[in-house]
Amino acid sequence: MTPTTTWYLVLAAVLFGVGVVGLMIRRNPLVMFMCIELMLNAVNLSFVAFAQAFTDISGQTAVFFVMVVAAAEVVVGLGIIIAILRRRPGTTIDDLAELKG
Amino acid sequence: MELLVFVLASAMVLAGAIGVVAYNNPVHAALGLVLTLFGIAVHFVSMEAHFLAAVQVIVYAGAIVVLFLFVIMLLGVDRAEDLSVEPFQIQRPLAVIVGVAISGLVIAAVVRGRSTLGEQLESGVPGDDNIRELARSLFSDNVFAFELTSVLLIVAVVGTVVLTRRQRGGANK
Repeated sequence: MTPTTTWYLVLAAVLFGVGVVGLMIRRNPLVMFMCIELMLNAVNLSFVAFAQAFTDISGQTAVFFVMVVAAAEVVVGLGIIIAILRRRPGTTIDDLAELKG
Repeated sequence: MELLVFVLASAMVLAGAIGVVAYNNPVHAALGLVLTLFGIAVHFVSMEAHFLAAVQVIVYAGAIVVLFLFVIMLLGVDRAEDLSVEPFQIQRPLAVIVGVAISGLVIAAVVRGRSTLGEQLESGVPGDDNIRELARSLFSDNVFAFELTSVLLIVAVVGTVVLTRRQRGGANK
């Protein structure tokens, strides 16, 4: 009994759900970023599973680009978090509501 | 054997993911993220995406998590967040319901659409040709997107430097 593509897709769905729950219940902006990484990885997993199922390398190319964009996104996001937390230490995500105009 | 690898790697992935969500301390959450990323890399290897597995370990588990840890140490935000205090009572059960609903919806769609996937193919992309195939796809069909990523990376680096720079003369405190 070998794992089929469906198993990988189900695992990816569960991982995505865990990421969604974490994003909604945590207040620390850093941990919320980590939950976004979880969701991106869930999608990467399903991309690779489809690439294997259809014998098409395009899925892996998409994962490559997702990784590049995720790296850039983490760098910019952490830069913003540093800029905010340096001014006001201990800020949670709820306090950022005052940023609205 | 493949079943054993799948079960072990999936346990790593899910344990790490739940650790990210449940640990109070951001450092522990980052270590849970490492566990998840390694589990995903194991899955990539078992699906014969060898290049992506290596990139996953080097870029994600190496660079990105180290970046997270750097920021945690730099800002001194490694105090534990008290998860038992919940200012907004209904948020947590509502979030769990929404998360389970999203997962359930996707799983239901996957299970219903299983027939279009067909049965497990003998072997997907051949293992030895993985990097060659990927390079051919990257540098022929997607070369424009590949060049654009260099622009993206430059913009991200410059933007981050500008964002986090302390201005001289005390204007920025």
